[in-house]
Amino acid sequence: MRPMAQMAMVMNLDKCIGCHTCSVTCKQAWTNRSGMEYVWFNNVETRPGLGYPRGYQDQEKWKGGWTLTKGGRLTLRAGGRLNKLLNIFSNPRMPAMSDYYEPWTYDYETLLTAPAQQNFPVARPHSLISGKPVNIEWSANWDDDLGGSLEHAAKDPMLKGIEDKVTFEFDQTFMFYLPRICEHCLNPSCAASCPSGAIYKREEDGIVLVDQDRCRGWRMCVTGCPYKKVYFNHKTGKAEKCTFCYPRIEVGIPTVCAETCVGRLRYIGLMLYDADKVLEAASVEDDHDLYEAQRSVFLDPFDPEVQREAERAGIPGDWVAAAQRSPVNALINTYKVALPLHPEYRTMPMVWYIPPLSPVVDVVKDTGHDAEDSDNLFGAIDALRIPVEYLANLFTAGDTGPVDAVLRKLAAMRSYMRDINLGRDPQAHIPAAVGMTEEEMYDMFRLLALAKYDERYVIPTAHAEQAHGLEELATDCPVTGYDDELLDISGPFGEGSGRGNATPVAIENFHMLQQRQTSETLVGGGSSAGRVNLLNWDGKGAPDGMFPTSRADRPGEDEAEESGS
Amino acid sequence: MSTFLWVIYPYICLAVFVVGHVWRYRYDKFGWTTRSSQLYESRLLRIGSPLFHFGMLGVVGGHVLGLLFPQDWTDAVGLSHEAYHVIALAGGIPAGIAAVVGLAILVYRRRTVGPVFSATTVNDKVMYAVLGTVIVLGMWNTVAGSLFTIGGEYNYRDGVSPWFRQIFWFQPDASLMAAAPVGFRLHAFLAFTLIAMWPFTRLVHVFSAPLGYLTRPWIVYRSRDERPGRGTGTRAQKRGWEKVQ
Repeated sequence: MRPMAQMAMVMNLDKCIGCHTCSVTCKQAWTNRSGMEYVWFNNVETRPGLGYPRGYQDQEKWKGGWTLTKGGRLTLRAGGRLNKLLNIFSNPRMPAMSDYYEPWTYDYETLLTAPAQQNFPVARPHSLISGKPVNIEWSANWDDDLGGSLEHAAKDPMLKGIEDKVTFEFDQTFMFYLPRICEHCLNPSCAASCPSGAIYKREEDGIVLVDQDRCRGWRMCVTGCPYKKVYFNHKTGKAEKCTFCYPRIEVGIPTVCAETCVGRLRYIGLMLYDADKVLEAASVEDDHDLYEAQRSVFLDPFDPEVQREAERAGIPGDWVAAAQRSPVNALINTYKVALPLHPEYRTMPMVWYIPPLSPVVDVVKDTGHDAEDSDNLFGAIDALRIPVEYLANLFTAGDTGPVDAVLRKLAAMRSYMRDINLGRDPQAHIPAAVGMTEEEMYDMFRLLALAKYDERYVIPTAHAEQAHGLEELATDCPVTGYDDELLDISGPFGEGSGRGNATPVAIENFHMLQQRQTSETLVGGGSSAGRVNLLNWDGKGAPDGMFPTSRADRPGEDEAEESGS
Repeated sequence: MSTFLWVIYPYICLAVFVVGHVWRYRYDKFGWTTRSSQLYESRLLRIGSPLFHFGMLGVVGGHVLGLLFPQDWTDAVGLSHEAYHVIALAGGIPAGIAAVVGLAILVYRRRTVGPVFSATTVNDKVMYAVLGTVIVLGMWNTVAGSLFTIGGEYNYRDGVSPWFRQIFWFQPDASLMAAAPVGFRLHAFLAFTLIAMWPFTRLVHVFSAPLGYLTRPWIVYRSRDERPGRGTGTRAQKRGWEKVQ
């Protein structure tokens, strides 16, 4: 046994309203830079739909992830090491800009400088790549809310095998949202694809990162990741990916996407797993067995032997305690309602999802039946094969069994809790029908519906004795002239080259953040140039620069107005 | 003059090459990349880039054979002068043509594809000009000098090669180069210019050829604490601020 700790996330899809707040705040924190315009570390897709980049799940085309050889050995689907080196001069499977979208901005200047005229001036879209006017034809969310579903959603790779059963008529279509970040896999195929060895998995918390100083821009990781969550910064020529907001995680606060999630649907916690069993689990023959195989890799933090081995492996005691309190562990292992996204890619993803019951509920409701009655819901789950099979294509490689089980649990919880909420006698036979006790059912309800901040996010801080290794701790004078330097980031050898041009990940230090996190008063943040550092924002107060200064505060303005009037 | 061109200048260029790379690696690890433009355009790149790069690998191999291996050695293994030339031309001309055609495609792509062109820096343009000229001159020397013997036959293994090897013994004989045809002299001069420019251009990516990939484990694990050759944190450790062991 070789225990390792892994930061993991579970998202409860029933609660996602598709507001894209996570995407926007993530972009503000991490990818609002030139060269990264098209990059969304976090994106929210409407399913059925094409996703981002378009049709990324079609691995026949993109060759992402792992596959088994005829001999049952695990190998990269895009080809082995030699194949990678032979194709290094031009990657045959890399998505082009058109598979993402051509980023654009608007010519706002026209609006401001237009003379008085009969027609309203129009701000035309301009490409951020070529600078020329563009016709906007696609974006990260072109098929949001099933927009153009007849044309686009029908091409969803996940509809394979059930397309004849799905009719894309609006009144009959089911729909839900799928927020996606990097999966921080236990067996990351992006890292395995990197010729330079720049992508690594952190021993302490399993976060998968790109060493920007080692990346040489060979682009194999973009192909290797089946979720297409490694992006190529076309200005600096380096790969970049979701960092699980590690500077925040290290000091015990959740990722930006989780912090700002309006539906509070994200859970963050530790998982302990046995690193020695990962390869074996990723190599099981039948795709349908991968979900259970991955669960078998996880270690029970309550098991004394696991605790002993964890201590021997250098995992701090409070981390084991955090693993015991982990909401992620509860959802994956105790209640078994969370499922991995595309286990068939064999990367052992670590962002799991609670599949949505709402497509089923909606249908029952529309037929006029009681959508909170457990028998009606159980019957509907059995009868409504389309949503179930579709969900199975996403979460269990097509095996409807586990999806059925999860949906039945959610349905049981729904009707069991209704009785309690309405003051009726709770019916013990409902939890029993899905193999749960009443207490378990209530606890699951608590975790899914009521859990507060510190129950949803159980994040042990990195250790003080390791603090010199924290990104947050700069040992020299912090952030002098940081914002001024941002204005000119083009280096002598191309974008971002040269010393001092790399933007420091976090500009506040460990103590400041901790102080902010624990203080009672509202603390300002931000910077003089009007940029708001959302990476360090913890929801307390409005940082300077988030809102424009009010008129009265602006010096000089009043005088100008007076003299003008 | 010939002492400057064929003794002093090569040493300046080689010194700049070596010191420049060390400096660039220390100053600009972040900028050390291929700066691939595949995201903008991949159809032409798919043809041009492998053609150019594999062609260049052949060309470099040919130079190693022609410049570093003395004629005595090939004589010693019983390879006649004619046989050597047949082999050199049979290998060199296809490789050279591949490199030239590949380069032509890549330059065409760079000029005509809008996003690729706007991502091209002045640095790149100068480098392409020098690199292109060196390659074309090299091809000219091979085709005109050896194949059609325009302007008389010239055996570079009697002139250019010994001089090149002498550079590494620190006893270059400038007269060997001074006697070489003008095509060879221009080729050598510009090649050394390119060598001097090397560390300051995107050509540095040649030294990142990821051969270690063939032997390393699939997944790299790294501790938060380890940053090989550097301190911890985003920025390099400053002197006097190293961590206490």
